[in-house]
Amino acid sequence: MKNLISMRDVSKNDIHRFLDVAEKIENGVIKPDLWGKLAALMFFEPSTRTHFSFDTAMKRMGGQTMSMSGTSSTSVQKGETLHDTLMTISQYADIIIMRHVVEGAARYASEVVTIPVVNAGDGANQHPTQALLDLYSIVKTQGTLENLTLGLVGDLRLGRTVHSLVQAMADFNPKFYFASPSHLRMPGYIKDDLLAKGVRFEEVKEIDEIMPNLDIMYVTRIQKERFAVPEDYEKVKDSYIITSEFLKNVKPTFKVLHPLPRVNEITMDVDKTQYAYYFQQAKNGVFMRQAIISLLLGAV
Amino acid sequence: MKEQLKVDPIKNGTVIDHITAGKALTVIDIINLNKSNSEVMIGMYLNSHKMGKKDIIKIEDRELSQDEVNKIALISPTATTIIINDYKVVRKVPVEIPDRIEGMIICPNPKCVTTTEKIKTKFEVAQRSPLQVRCEYCEKKYGIDEIKFSV
Repeated sequence: MKNLISMRDVSKNDIHRFLDVAEKIENGVIKPDLWGKLAALMFFEPSTRTHFSFDTAMKRMGGQTMSMSGTSSTSVQKGETLHDTLMTISQYADIIIMRHVVEGAARYASEVVTIPVVNAGDGANQHPTQALLDLYSIVKTQGTLENLTLGLVGDLRLGRTVHSLVQAMADFNPKFYFASPSHLRMPGYIKDDLLAKGVRFEEVKEIDEIMPNLDIMYVTRIQKERFAVPEDYEKVKDSYIITSEFLKNVKPTFKVLHPLPRVNEITMDVDKTQYAYYFQQAKNGVFMRQAIISLLLGAV
Repeated sequence: MKEQLKVDPIKNGTVIDHITAGKALTVIDIINLNKSNSEVMIGMYLNSHKMGKKDIIKIEDRELSQDEVNKIALISPTATTIIINDYKVVRKVPVEIPDRIEGMIICPNPKCVTTTEKIKTKFEVAQRSPLQVRCEYCEKKYGIDEIKFSV
């Protein structure tokens, strides 16, 4: 695999490879050496976790990074095209890690440049590195990816993390519950893909009744920045709020995941329970991103 | 009762029959008939036993390529293309909807990179009947009624 653009391109075997390398890196079994390698972190859209974890991942393997965050200090302000920006940066770096507000930008980047491209999020489309670290988190807490029941809650229409996650899990015989405000439902084209693969899913309004069935609850923020009309965001922003009250009848191995940042959709009292896993999930991101970079650069 | 053809027969060339009513002008644009030297006759919203209403195009002294016939199939899957020689039907050109379509269709997603960067679109045919295509960039799927053709 030369680039990591979309979970649609990633096979079950690829997933196992990524998981295997991430685990070996975390346990110190392998120590990829990227001395002399440079990653260009091109973040056209804001990020905390993804940006910092890629930066950390590269540096922990002896490599270096150069970063852009937003376009205000770049020649994009002078009207430079995405094509020319990519062509220029690719002359300086060994790998491009890109987040962009426009959907398909990373795929386009992989066609423009000759060095590997990692999609760190493209609009409301895909976030494959998040999906892979989510899978890593799931397998670490559940012992397997097979035959699990997952509840996905929040913004399922515009949330690229859930789009990537359901596509990533689709080959592992999952059962999904989708809970969202009515106009933030999982898009039809994603559900069509699940139906074509025979994946079971159910759309629910209330989540109380499904809690005892779940192995994983994946909570997402209602994303204010994806709403063109602020009033529409105000109507739905508090739709699902997870408190410790919801966790009374869950399985002992149940975990709550969230790609973060959270606003108010998981209350702070959940953090103290054995079920909260979102901060460890963020830490897993470093190991998985080390695995992704080192595999694409041929260092493992 | 004497029957009369509404669109005259052609001696040599191509007849595109059973075009979805109202789509003939789109067909003309897609295969650039408006820029060719051939004589073109168009019938629109003609009565049809098979379809209720249909369009028809007759092109004198020109045989369409397979690529052009396949493009027509995307606009109007019911269309049939016939090659005429000396006023007689010589053969029917089979329609093959391709697996991928490049450049012909505009992605309806305003947040797709093909819209913002004005690059050539690429679609995979996700389903042939009814036609559904998926943009290879933004990964969204569209039915035939949702897409516009770039001309």
